[in-house]
Amino acid sequence: MKSTTRNIILIAVVFVALIVLLDALYVVSETNQVIITQFGEPIGDAITSPGMHIKAPFIQKANFFEKRWLEWDGDANQIPTKDKKYIWVDTYARWRISNPLVFFQRVRDERGAQSRIDDIIDGETRNAVANFDLIEIVRSSNREFEITEEVAILDLTTIIPKINTGREKIAQIILEASSQITPEFGVELKDVRIKRINYVEEVQQKVFDRMIAERQRISSNYRSEGDGRSAEIRGEKELELKKIQSGAYRKAQEIKGKADAEATRIYASAYNLDPEFYQFTKTLDTYRATLDKETWLLLSTESEFLKYLRDSRKR
Amino acid sequence: MRGDFPSMEIKLPKIKGGVIRIAVIAVVVLILLIGSIYQISPEEIGAILRFGKFVRTTDPGLHFKLPLGIERLTKVPVQRQLKMEFGFRTTRPGVRTEYRTTPETVRESVMLTGDLNVVVMEWIVQYKIKDPYNYLFKIRDVESTFRYMNEAVVRKAVGDNAVDEVLTIGRARIANDAKEELQTLCDLYEIGIEVNQLIFQDVNPPDPVKPSFNEVNEALQEKERKINEAWAEYNQIIPKARGEAEQTIRAAEGYAAERINNAEGDANRFQAIYKEYARAPLVTRKRLYLEAIIDILPKISKKIIFDENQKNIIPLLNLGEEVKK
Repeated sequence: MKSTTRNIILIAVVFVALIVLLDALYVVSETNQVIITQFGEPIGDAITSPGMHIKAPFIQKANFFEKRWLEWDGDANQIPTKDKKYIWVDTYARWRISNPLVFFQRVRDERGAQSRIDDIIDGETRNAVANFDLIEIVRSSNREFEITEEVAILDLTTIIPKINTGREKIAQIILEASSQITPEFGVELKDVRIKRINYVEEVQQKVFDRMIAERQRISSNYRSEGDGRSAEIRGEKELELKKIQSGAYRKAQEIKGKADAEATRIYASAYNLDPEFYQFTKTLDTYRATLDKETWLLLSTESEFLKYLRDSRKR
Repeated sequence: MRGDFPSMEIKLPKIKGGVIRIAVIAVVVLILLIGSIYQISPEEIGAILRFGKFVRTTDPGLHFKLPLGIERLTKVPVQRQLKMEFGFRTTRPGVRTEYRTTPETVRESVMLTGDLNVVVMEWIVQYKIKDPYNYLFKIRDVESTFRYMNEAVVRKAVGDNAVDEVLTIGRARIANDAKEELQTLCDLYEIGIEVNQLIFQDVNPPDPVKPSFNEVNEALQEKERKINEAWAEYNQIIPKARGEAEQTIRAAEGYAAERINNAEGDANRFQAIYKEYARAPLVTRKRLYLEAIIDILPKISKKIIFDENQKNIIPLLNLGEEVKK
């Protein structure tokens, strides 16, 4: 009986000791950091080193906070730019609980922090975007566009102005302004970036109209280029054709002329031996060629040919 | 735990204490053993946390750890090629992969170009977990952070290019720029990810604008067709004209040869005749004259011979009647 009572007492003591020990021990993981509070009052600095730790049981409480970088994704905001273009701007940021004590005191938990960050970044984004033209938010450098033959006619350089600040720096401005406020509630803010920019509906329609108009300009430019070029080729063809034909004519005439001249020279040099004899023989040839059976020949007996018909004496 | 054993003895006094002890110890050992053996598959790596503190990584194979939650295991698929899609989602991969778009994917894909136009961009990124420690412990929500990084980086790259570059000539370069910037950002964020590839899939103008882009292509085709037709006509006519020109010239050359040869012939003939004529001009003249007469007279049907003294014969001839015939 006696030993049974002792056993029961022993069990009770061990049980209580176990409960006390379990409450005194707590595990800080790689991803956590802990603030110890005593009756709600924070005690000492944050415990950030991972492993098992000890606190006073029951009177002290371990409050766990994330140690990792956390994401913040804001809602898209409709903001007018300096050049009065309405756009949706969607940003994201990374933040972490850099001072868990302050964090615990000021915002209590992550939800509280998220809504504070919402307010701060949204506000700073508004300020920044409203201070710049749209192009500054879209572009991040003054890189020259590679112009295809197609868009060369649009002459983008006149439409797209040079930027002075650019997307990166605007995000940087938002970050700098925001990160000055966040340490007030124990939060370190990093890398505010513009995730999405979009035109609001009404503006978008106008942009589409402009894009369509631009493409139509390119189309009609192509069409007229086609017409122009083919007309040019046809003209070229006409020119070439006339050149070829007239050139051939000229050359042919030259050749013929030279030949005629040569022939004339040859005839002249031959016939000059006795022009009278030439005339005589040629005339006889001409008689042969021109007198035919239709011809009436009236011959007088006085003629050279018939003179012997009348008289056969030698003259 | 030891404290429990006597009480069990009380409840079950009939069974031999020794057997129970051995059985209990065996069960406990078994439980501890099951809790301490683990396996890592070939594409994974295991991260061991002892009381929340990272102590080691283990390679694929069978391993032991301390049981009872003292050491905890997290598996990270470091060898697996992971993929993230933007602007669409694969609903059923396979031979005929099915895709789906939602309002959210549409918002993902619409972006502004450097010339303030709009394109709809679908892209994928393939990545691996390079550093399990960073992947697990530096950032809480790696997946969505990586997603945001992608969107920001691709938009930035597209924002610095004209719409035509994004749609055509610049695609590969922009994707490459974005990939490099994404990797830089991953290293900066210590997110533990290695970007293997960033590939632009469908890049299109927005639907309402598409027809006008197609029209540009049609106009380009039309332009080329017109030019080709003109050249075809040119090529059909000009070589023919050249041939004809050549023909004309050759014909002229033929004429020239003929003319000169004829002249030479005539001249030589005349000279030959003249040579003989010069020796006996009088008789040759007579001969030539009479030969001509012989040639000519037989051809002439109406020959009228009149005496020189009968001057009035001509009026008597019925010339008109003959002409009428």
